[in-house]
Amino acid sequence: MYLNQFLFLSAVLFCIGVYGVLTRKNGVLVLMSIELILNAVNINLVAFGAFNADLGGQVFALFIIAVAAAEVGVGLAIVLLIYRNRRSIDVTEADLMKG
Amino acid sequence: MLSLFAADAVSAPAIFDWVWLIPAIMAGSFLTILLGSKRLKVPAHFIGIPAVIACLVLALVTAFSWIGYSSDVAHSGEVKSEESFGGTAETAGAPVPGFVDAGAPTVACVESKHGDDYDDDGDHDAFGAGELAFSGELELAVEEGEGGGGTPCPVINDVTWFSNGGDPEDGGSDITVGTLVDGQSVMLLVVVTFISTLVHIYSTDYVNGDRRYTHYFAFLSLFTASMLFMVLSSSTIQLIVGWELVGVCSFALIGHWWEEKPNSDAALKAFLTNRVGDIGLLIGMIILYFAAGKTFDITTINTMAVSGEISQNTLLVAGLCLMAAVMSKSGQFVLHTWLPDAMAGPTPVSALIHAATMVVAGVYLIGRLYAVFFIGFGISGGTLNAMALVGGITCVGAGLLAFVQADIKKVLAYSTVSQLGYMVLALGVGAYTAGMFHLFTHAIFKACLFLGAGSVSHACHHSFDMKADMGGLRKFMPKTFWTFVIASGALAGIPPLAGFWSKDEILVGAGVWAGTDGNGTFTLPFIFGMMAAAMTAGYMTRVIWLTFFGDYRGHGVPHESGPRITTPLIILAVGSVFAGFLNMPKPFVEKIGLPSSWGLWFEHQVEPAGIGSFPAIDHGKPSFSLAIVATLLGLGAAFLVWNYYKALYAKDHKATEVTDGLMSKIPLLKAGHTMLTEKYYLDHLYTGAIAGGTKGPLARAAYWFNQNVLDKTVDTAGKTAVATGRFVYKYIDQGAIDGAVNASGASASGGGQVLRRLQTGRVRQYATLMFGAAALMAAVFIVAI
Repeated sequence: MYLNQFLFLSAVLFCIGVYGVLTRKNGVLVLMSIELILNAVNINLVAFGAFNADLGGQVFALFIIAVAAAEVGVGLAIVLLIYRNRRSIDVTEADLMKG
Repeated sequence: MLSLFAADAVSAPAIFDWVWLIPAIMAGSFLTILLGSKRLKVPAHFIGIPAVIACLVLALVTAFSWIGYSSDVAHSGEVKSEESFGGTAETAGAPVPGFVDAGAPTVACVESKHGDDYDDDGDHDAFGAGELAFSGELELAVEEGEGGGGTPCPVINDVTWFSNGGDPEDGGSDITVGTLVDGQSVMLLVVVTFISTLVHIYSTDYVNGDRRYTHYFAFLSLFTASMLFMVLSSSTIQLIVGWELVGVCSFALIGHWWEEKPNSDAALKAFLTNRVGDIGLLIGMIILYFAAGKTFDITTINTMAVSGEISQNTLLVAGLCLMAAVMSKSGQFVLHTWLPDAMAGPTPVSALIHAATMVVAGVYLIGRLYAVFFIGFGISGGTLNAMALVGGITCVGAGLLAFVQADIKKVLAYSTVSQLGYMVLALGVGAYTAGMFHLFTHAIFKACLFLGAGSVSHACHHSFDMKADMGGLRKFMPKTFWTFVIASGALAGIPPLAGFWSKDEILVGAGVWAGTDGNGTFTLPFIFGMMAAAMTAGYMTRVIWLTFFGDYRGHGVPHESGPRITTPLIILAVGSVFAGFLNMPKPFVEKIGLPSSWGLWFEHQVEPAGIGSFPAIDHGKPSFSLAIVATLLGLGAAFLVWNYYKALYAKDHKATEVTDGLMSKIPLLKAGHTMLTEKYYLDHLYTGAIAGGTKGPLARAAYWFNQNVLDKTVDTAGKTAVATGRFVYKYIDQGAIDGAVNASGASASGGGQVLRRLQTGRVRQYATLMFGAAALMAAVFIVAI
């Protein structure tokens, strides 16, 4: 078992997540992609923790999971409101912040 | 040594230290009325009348104290002469050598000339009585009825105003202000407060409902305050201040109804005419200041004049300058023209200011500095001098003018001018007491006449025109009529009313009539005086006929005035009857069996005879024949005028003048009449020739100067300023400053335009940028580390 393998998996997951965030129009899918990014980070943390015999990495991963849960809660609420207002969850259409 | 004498000298009553309160009360009243009356919702007279009554009481207390004090001093003086006769003069440190005075006893009121230290004053009087240096001729003087023995020195209370900077040795002394109490100032105090009280009461009815009621009473208070201030002044500079204040009040009160042009013109005329004289006043006072070794102190100046330390020529020049002031303030020819015009003011003001008190300021000034005038003009032993001449011309010239006036107040105004001339004449012939006494009696009966005229006009719808709106008023207003007749009698010198005594004394003082040796033989003034005596009776008869006899020519039905108007009239009429008894000649008093001390009582109290600050004047001896002749002259004139109007009335009940008499037949008479109605053309001379003659060229010169110098300067300055302004506007303001501001604004706006494009509002784009940036930074880190 090499650390490289975990890091590679994590990098792949991260790239998939970034790709999803940047290309998906569906708000829920964007949130799911963010979830992928976060979990890629989690893998990194856990992997480094295991290889360095340090529990801090796992503890941090647990924090990220908790924060991610909260983030999904807020994000889904936003998506729900966007849907209610526009009858669509296409994030490209929501450009109210345009300068 | 001085203290030795001070110990047993009579000390002055404490009230003399407090006389300054009298003007202070009136000044306080002025301020209270002006600032407080409206705020406190109190009518102005509620403040003014109590104040003036308080002053009257204080003045009377002062007067009685003075009477007591002066008789005490006289008494102690006599005692002293027995005790220390002969020794006093040497031990008490020398009355100044070279007194002009030859026989009369002399008291030095000022110890040394230069650098007298007045700071801790109040004890001039103390050594005054002690230093009596009686000569052997004292008894002779008393026998002659000259009085003189032991008159107290003026009681002076000075505070140092500011130091003159000079060392007393070099002839500098401190400038002091304070009060000077002597017979003359006490007499004026009583006159001013007494007349002012009555005028205040009278005014509550007369100006009732006036639009400037408060203002009116405030200025009555200020006027009274300034007059009292002037009367009590101990230095010439204080005298000038009071003099000017009085002038200002006169200006304000003449122009009381300034909305009408003639009234404000009259006020200006009074003010400006007085300015002419004031130049003389200032110059005269400055001459005296330097001549007397840099002091303004009146007593010192007088003393030095008497002792001959100031040369007669200096005194003459100073006296002539001061005469100009007297001529303007006391309405002497040729500066009298303002006084008749001053009748534009409310009538009580005319009574107070332009008859009884203010205009006597000039006469008062002569009396105050009598030594200066007496010695400067060489009155002693003279035959004619400027003062007597001015007085004589005035009393005749104004008397003639009084005959042609239709306005009752103007007749009284000219009569005032004429009587003031009489006073000046009296002082000019050396009859000091007679002049002051005439001032006193005249104040009473002239106030009565003016207030009577006001009462008459009150009844006749505020008209003063005797010819058009009056006549026959005696039936309608008996109180006014009788008081007016009594006061006219007093003015005309009908015995035994007040004016008779004072006028007779003046005629005696001229020293022309056989047996009346006075200071000299003043023939011309005497003739003028006699003429004026006859004329006074004549024009007053005319006024009484036109106002109170014949048929009523006005409209409506006249009515008697209310009690607040008639009461002062009655009081003054009573005064006009009795005031003359204060100074009856001694032979007369003895003849009718009264105690001899009743005679010349006024003279004993008022004239500061026998002290170092008063010249030695000779008193004329009263003459029965002169009194009878003068009275007959007056009665004759009155009789003539009376018959003239009676004949006129018999012809036509409404007539007030003859239309086809001698005047229409004799051109010379006609010319004379025109001369009088035109007031000797003096107004034409002043406004036309003098004012007009200087006004034109002066105005042209001023215009040229204005156009070519002042305007040009201003123009150039203006043009330069405009050009500079344009340049600054164009290049600096618009170019640099505005440019900078605009540029910063434009750049901010442009930057904003560019940057806003970046903010698309698309979350994905932001995410792309963020990730791109993160990746870029990661790459940088990797490469760098």
